[in-house]
Amino acid sequence: MRKKFLAAATIAAISNINPVWAISDIEALRKQVEALKKDYEQRINALENRLKQSEEKSQLAQQKVEQVAEKVEKTKTTSRTGQRNFNPEISLILDGRYADFNNDPDAYKLPGFTLGNEAGLGEAGFSIGHTELAISANADDKFYGKATLAIHDHEGETETDLEEAYIQTLGLGHGLTLKAGRFYSAIGYLNEQHEHLWDFADAPLIYRGLFGDQLRDDGLQVTYVAPTDTFMQVGTELFRGDRFPGGGNHDGVGAWTVFANIGGDIGIEHSWQLGLNHWRENDVDDRTSDGHSHGGAATETASFSGDSKISSLDLVYKWAPNGNPTSRNFKLQFEYFDRREDGSITMLNSGPPEEVSTYDGQQDGWYAQAIYQFKPHWRTGIRYDRLSSNNNGSDEDVLAEAGLDDEGHTPERYSAMLEWLPSEYSRIRLQYNRDDSYEDADNQIFLQYTLSLGSHGAHQF
Amino acid sequence: MFNQIKRPLFIMLFFSLWANNSHSAINVFACEPEWASLVQILGGKRVSVFSATTALQDPHHIQARPSLIAKARRADLLVCTGAELEAGWLPLLLRKSGNGKILTGQPGHFMSADHVTLLEKPKLLDRSFGDVHADGNPHIHLDPHRIMLIAEALTKTLSLIDPDNQNDYQNNWSSFKNTWSRAITNWEQQSQSLRGKKIVVNHNSWVYLEDWLKLERVATLEPKPGIAPSSAHLTQVLAELKQNQADMLLYATYQNDKAVRWLAEKTHIPVVALPFSVSSDESLFQWYEKILSQLLDIKQ
Repeated sequence: MRKKFLAAATIAAISNINPVWAISDIEALRKQVEALKKDYEQRINALENRLKQSEEKSQLAQQKVEQVAEKVEKTKTTSRTGQRNFNPEISLILDGRYADFNNDPDAYKLPGFTLGNEAGLGEAGFSIGHTELAISANADDKFYGKATLAIHDHEGETETDLEEAYIQTLGLGHGLTLKAGRFYSAIGYLNEQHEHLWDFADAPLIYRGLFGDQLRDDGLQVTYVAPTDTFMQVGTELFRGDRFPGGGNHDGVGAWTVFANIGGDIGIEHSWQLGLNHWRENDVDDRTSDGHSHGGAATETASFSGDSKISSLDLVYKWAPNGNPTSRNFKLQFEYFDRREDGSITMLNSGPPEEVSTYDGQQDGWYAQAIYQFKPHWRTGIRYDRLSSNNNGSDEDVLAEAGLDDEGHTPERYSAMLEWLPSEYSRIRLQYNRDDSYEDADNQIFLQYTLSLGSHGAHQF
Repeated sequence: MFNQIKRPLFIMLFFSLWANNSHSAINVFACEPEWASLVQILGGKRVSVFSATTALQDPHHIQARPSLIAKARRADLLVCTGAELEAGWLPLLLRKSGNGKILTGQPGHFMSADHVTLLEKPKLLDRSFGDVHADGNPHIHLDPHRIMLIAEALTKTLSLIDPDNQNDYQNNWSSFKNTWSRAITNWEQQSQSLRGKKIVVNHNSWVYLEDWLKLERVATLEPKPGIAPSSAHLTQVLAELKQNQADMLLYATYQNDKAVRWLAEKTHIPVVALPFSVSSDESLFQWYEKILSQLLDIKQ
């Protein structure tokens, strides 16, 4: 109110002071305003027209979209998901090879390590490797399950082995995942991968020496992924502990592991992962390894009882131009394992009396490998293995008999391979090893095929 | 025995307590940049978007890297193409991340291909035909009409996941709908001259673009989807092209250009290297504009 009054008073005052000026000014102003008004009316009309036009256009587009929508509605099929359509996913791995060795593969040994499980070179000549049948599926929205059957020849007989059979929780939340059943332990980088996914035809020497190629057991696994930008995962496994490299008959938790992994990307082209792992079994009872007979007598077999612990570190680095590994990519992989054991060694079927020694074992080893896909469908790679051991006991002869004496030799191996992959589902590999596992160096050549039929699951990093 | 298991459990507990987060924005994990851009448009400031791939990566074949598991772990919403495009890596991320929100069947599991029809659904599933997708061709982001349908469905999903801000999502959708419709009309007018043009492609990733712009594909350099061009097949294509000249050679920038360049040299057909998706510094609109202008440039 007060403002209006003030404005009116001011106008009155001004017009009182200059009455003549005011009249002509007002006339001019009025004309200007008229002109402006006309101008704006024209502009507004133009704008209105344009708006109308564009509305019509957008209506047209809308109609088209609706037409498409109608079309879509008519032809809409049943809902799909991002997963493979086959339920369950079934895959069959066919694997076979031709191997050539300078030395007798049956004479193979790793001084300082006892070989157990499936450790060894396999057969010379033509042979088929593991034929793996894997079936997996989400059972429902809570569980995923997978079973892998491996069919392979062992000493002239065809054996079927339940390699893995486990269930795993889905979306438990908070980054937690539980796994139960029989599965490959998460310790080590390579351990969790099935044999057909390896970059070489044989396991690294340290895997052969400690696990008899791979560590798997029956039990429970818990993993937790932290809600951080850098990948951080910790986990633990509780195992029955009866399987090699454990042993005995446990009615509770015989062995356990803890592991931690961190990983991430550096820019768009580089990614890495680092893992620290520990496996322990405090009550290994009667862990037997491959026996060897002395001229027709009953096989003498080394048996270990005591406690065993393994610590390891793994590092993987990958590169792909623009982060697109399709045509070219590179992978560098390194793993180190250390095993400490304390207990006793008994030579079964020796004596009587049975040969026994206390045992204080210290074994370690590492391998490093580099794989380069230099063009689509072609990969090449090199690998170096090295082991060492320092095992002591009350009776050195018994340890020597058991193969736990390093015989003053450092086992090592150089490998090179070339792969041709006609598609994602097939691979032909040629591999050469210069194997210095024991004092007689061996030249080994493998020509191997691996085919994957049926559903082709996702690969781990 | 209990002492043996106590230690690992304690370590786990320590880690779970130490890592704690609180976020206001919806964390979106997009498998491809086109969906990242679409979610950003529809979600505005309510979403924080991460794209698992770039326009220079082949979405069929990236690896389930640790960094991606970490991102999937924190996602409230997963927006991907589906139709098996990500079958080589996404299932693993879902299983490893331990994140219930983005699993199949959850509102946070959004597969674009579920909301539109797919072209080229194979009648027979046999790997000797190459890397075929059972549901049909998954490269749906090259049809703006399908994008519209997906955007509408995505708006519903956003409102479902974050009901507090559903007004924002509705508003964003309305304005997107208007602008996108107008853009489609413009693009369709601009591209009249492209109708019926004969194209040669590297991989059959352009079906939806062909369908939309009425381009005619006369040859594919890959003998079978996902199988690299062989010299025998290229010679055959070359012979065919001598009979029936094409207007342009199309390939995605993430693909190997060797075969395309070879053919271009032999036939003098112009080559168009199209970015297969949105790059980090542009929007879905700009990408479409770019693709069209590249195609039109060749025409003149």
